[in-house]
Amino acid sequence: MENAVLMDEVCLTIPMDHDMELVAAKTGSVLAELNHFNEEQIEEIQYAIIETCINAFEHSQSEDRKVYIIYIRRADELECKITDNGVGFTPEDQHNSISQRQGIHSDMRKRGWGLEITKTLMDEFDIESGENGTTVSFIKKVTS
Amino acid sequence: MLNKFDIQIRAEQEYAVLETAGYLNDSLGEQLSKKAQELIEKGYTQLVINLDKTALINSIGISILIEIIEALDERNGTLNFCGLSATQERTFRMMAIAKYAGIYPDEKTAIANF
Repeated sequence: MENAVLMDEVCLTIPMDHDMELVAAKTGSVLAELNHFNEEQIEEIQYAIIETCINAFEHSQSEDRKVYIIYIRRADELECKITDNGVGFTPEDQHNSISQRQGIHSDMRKRGWGLEITKTLMDEFDIESGENGTTVSFIKKVTS
Repeated sequence: MLNKFDIQIRAEQEYAVLETAGYLNDSLGEQLSKKAQELIEKGYTQLVINLDKTALINSIGISILIEIIEALDERNGTLNFCGLSATQERTFRMMAIAKYAGIYPDEKTAIANF
């Protein structure tokens, strides 16, 4: 994920408190504006940041209750790396969590959408998760 | 970005419109759900949720919208959404919400399609 010229790197730490994901999303939005993303792309970046932060808030069980975000602004893209120091997760954990959250209609489940939304809205997506925490990385490319 | 939220209700004889303003998270979602339940208990089975003034929604907020769809389903009712951004609409379609609720560009069209 490091093939373009680095322009800026911004680091932000947010507490796992109510609405703090908006602080992370707003920061991403400002950086995306500087990179001349269009309005829809900026919204997509905000959604990806919000969902990834909320996942960390809800599931990481991190003792420090913080989320660490690195925004890397390159000439034609914005990368976000969102890290928690929690317990990590496996694909099985995710599957079990989703299975427990079905509603009346099985295809309209209520929860467990965060990572799927992020994957769909971004151009590149990666997760590294282990017993010392999780880092979700994603890239949005500037398109005209 | 202060998260000031508000819900306006316009109840007519056959339908009611709930218009949200602000970030649709768990807090606004719970308030919206409470107001929708009150309308359903009064006999309203045709509801519009106008999201034109809601720039951001998180998946917890959307899960509460799904609960409103399910509550109306139980009474053979209908929920129509309007005022969604392109990203919101894409997300709603991905989550299969468009199969069980209507998505329309504006309030007038949402009301006309009950």
